[in-house]
Amino acid sequence: MLEMFNKLLRKRTSKDVAKERLKLVLIHDRANVSPEFLEMVKGEIIKVIRNYMEIDEDALDIQLTKTVSEEGEGVVPALIANIPIKSVKSCGR
Amino acid sequence: MGEVIVITSGKGGVGKTTTTANLGTGLAISGKKVVLVDTDIGLRNLDVVMGLENRIVYDLVDLVEGACRTKQALIKDKRFDGLFLLPAAQTRDKNSVTPEQMVKLCDDLREEFDYILIDCPAGIEQGFKNAIAGADRGLVLTTPEVSAVRDADRIIGLLEANELKNPCLIINRVRPDMVKKGDMMSIEDIIDILAIDLIGVVPDDENIIISTNRGEPLVTDGKAMAGKAYLNITRRIMGEEVPFIDLSGQDGFLSKVKKLFGFRTA
Repeated sequence: MLEMFNKLLRKRTSKDVAKERLKLVLIHDRANVSPEFLEMVKGEIIKVIRNYMEIDEDALDIQLTKTVSEEGEGVVPALIANIPIKSVKSCGR
Repeated sequence: MGEVIVITSGKGGVGKTTTTANLGTGLAISGKKVVLVDTDIGLRNLDVVMGLENRIVYDLVDLVEGACRTKQALIKDKRFDGLFLLPAAQTRDKNSVTPEQMVKLCDDLREEFDYILIDCPAGIEQGFKNAIAGADRGLVLTTPEVSAVRDADRIIGLLEANELKNPCLIINRVRPDMVKKGDMMSIEDIIDILAIDLIGVVPDDENIIISTNRGEPLVTDGKAMAGKAYLNITRRIMGEEVPFIDLSGQDGFLSKVKKLFGFRTA
């Protein structure tokens, strides 16, 4: 009941805060890079892509995670970027 | 051939020693031959949790240095025939043992026991490296707290880097009432973050403190919630499929009626 109430009111419980903080700190721990570094990479990527297409910069998501290597060498770190495109500029054709 | 299982957490104080004592006792209840190895050299505690502190003559360092035979160093449990403890040295430091010596020790113990449970010290230094050196399988312990989950993540990475693939997770000290209110991360939240298989959930239970006071692992008490949870984990270690205890805290009608009349549920 209380759970439903919290959801209805969209109240951020302390566990939501804990989870969010953990997720952020673990990205850093796992990849051994700082959030500032990721922000720099993100900025550069946006700059390059903007020359060719219009993208939704607010929805752009970039993460350093792990993925299974295609060569079968086990788990390798990967930079995964999700970039929603609004439209492609005509000069790109 | 026995299986060597290391119980580790990174962070201190999450319940590694208590968990080792209870899982070992639980396996012995099921008739398995078990030895518990305390690798926390300098800060040994598994002996007091097991209530065997008065019987120590030789320890882990004596054994790996060849100062005694295996039979002399192993302390027989006072309750179960198939259960033994190899205590850590108290007046030495973690560098008194090497990973190579631990591998050899584990191989020797494997000949004679079904399960070798290794109680790992906190941290990721020499003591941790020694504890995992001879292990076949890792159990990672955490509590629903930011610091413990973060350290567990680091430990999972280190285990995998050391060829201990697919470690399993035990979540200790869960408080269903707080989870319900949204003030504690749930099992799902933690699994979502750590992305490893769950092997057990142990509720926060004051009986653990009482049983530790007496030096008697709680699994021997069939009624306590945490004791039951530990017994379930031992069955999963042995390969059985056991459903997880419902910790949602939502009582059914029947148990409410029982509670009203003072019957023990759970």
